[in-house]
Amino acid sequence: MLEVSDLHAYYGKSHILQGITFNVQEGEIVSLLGRNGVGRSTTVKAIMGEVLPQGSIRFKNQEIGGKKSFEIANLGLGYVPENRDIFPTLTARQNLQLGMKSSKANGRWSVEEIFSMFPNLADRAEIDGGVLSGGEQQMLCMCRTLMGDPDMIMIDEPTEGLAPKIVEQVANLLQEIANRGVAILLVEQKLNIALNISHRLYVMGHGQMVYEGTPASLMQADEVRAEWLEV
Amino acid sequence: MLEVFIFATLNGLVTGLLLFMLASGLTLIFSMMGVLNFAHASFYMLGAYFAYSISLYLGFWAGLIFAPLIVGVLGALVERYGLRRVHQSGHVAELVFTFGMAFLIEEAVQFFWGPDTKNYQSPDLLDFPLFTLFGQEFPAYRGFMIGISISIFIGLYYLLTRSRVGIIIQAAITHPHTVANLGHNVPFIFMGVFGVGTALAGIAGVIAGPILTTFPGMAVVLGSIVFVIVVIGGLGSLVGAFIASLLIGLLQSYAIASDVGVQDLLNVLGLEFDRNHPLTDLWTLTLPQVAPILPFLLLVLVLIFRPTGLMGKREQ
Repeated sequence: MLEVSDLHAYYGKSHILQGITFNVQEGEIVSLLGRNGVGRSTTVKAIMGEVLPQGSIRFKNQEIGGKKSFEIANLGLGYVPENRDIFPTLTARQNLQLGMKSSKANGRWSVEEIFSMFPNLADRAEIDGGVLSGGEQQMLCMCRTLMGDPDMIMIDEPTEGLAPKIVEQVANLLQEIANRGVAILLVEQKLNIALNISHRLYVMGHGQMVYEGTPASLMQADEVRAEWLEV
Repeated sequence: MLEVFIFATLNGLVTGLLLFMLASGLTLIFSMMGVLNFAHASFYMLGAYFAYSISLYLGFWAGLIFAPLIVGVLGALVERYGLRRVHQSGHVAELVFTFGMAFLIEEAVQFFWGPDTKNYQSPDLLDFPLFTLFGQEFPAYRGFMIGISISIFIGLYYLLTRSRVGIIIQAAITHPHTVANLGHNVPFIFMGVFGVGTALAGIAGVIAGPILTTFPGMAVVLGSIVFVIVVIGGLGSLVGAFIASLLIGLLQSYAIASDVGVQDLLNVLGLEFDRNHPLTDLWTLTLPQVAPILPFLLLVLVLIFRPTGLMGKREQ
């Protein structure tokens, strides 16, 4: 579904992504792991066109490198940014409506269904997004992207700063997304959630891919975890 | 006295709502792009001139429909092929660009339509008194101006706060990248807002042209007051622009209708004035004479006591 080959990206003169190659297949959950500053977020931003990419990025057999963000989103690639970016003056319901694409009226998700999955959000449907808790905002942000009915979704650090109970809800939602045939690229720092739900994992270090494997193989690779993941 | 007050209020409403049509477009554009469009009043002038030309062949009502559309399309083209390119060079370049556009449009108007005042008339259909009060007639055309302005305010408010398009616009103002990531074409939205904003100015020109006269200086006359309104209302606030427009319209109207002078105020305070005093011209000033500077006086007061404007969001 997503094929990234020899991807480079720069912030000014800093060479952030130094030729990374990876792929995500249909319906797969793939995690992108690594410590802070190794280029994980830059990778998804480059794929979405927020950072100028160099190299090849193919989505559904179509080159998307250099396309505008809204064109990429309309091809069916969803993106949940790390900072959540909830629209603070719009209600939770309006935030969800914003994610809808008029061309996909009958997608996999509906506002009512989202509210039935997350009663907390339903209770606060008419409340401004800016006053929701961090966990509610994270759920809302993920669900807002789902409203556009993407075929693949890239989620950047969805559990960052959340309480363990909310992390569990996030994990359940990720599983539900995968159950509906949506491929997931999960950018994470926490090992346990990635190990629990991923089909495959990539580990990044210094702007490069340093490891590719399954959760089971990563658990065996003590030296990889020690060098590139553990603090 | 009562009839003076009532008619001053009605005329103030007409002026205020007309100013709001201009100020609303300017506010919308500022909210989205963060740039004050100095050429905004020039689009108002273009609306009047296009409507005048159309009315010569197809009548007033055709002008009311087509002139704002033409102005809106022109505005959208200016954004797409001018402002969007200049945007990369920063806000100062944008300001200079819109300033240049204002001059360009004024020169173009003089080139195509000439420097004289045009005989742009209100429609015969509305050439009757809407009502007569205390022996004074209130023209139906002014009632029409009030009706159309209020309809636009309600329509715009509904569009921006209740419709899906409005939600997207509101979100794109503060989070353009996030909105783009959700699949919305933000540059196209910006172009549309600029087009709608200039079309609103065009409508104001169409309906103001027959009353305020259609001449090449009409943009300059109203342009500065519109900027005063958006600053008093609070940059970026549509409700603020509405309140400030009515405030300025009523303030000027009451001032013009009154016959109070500085001399009267001095008399109330029990002060006498010397007719041979060097400042005698100041003592004999009347409120109708100072009416044109009242908006600017109000601007200074607002900037001193409430720099963000009445409903300003500048600090956010």
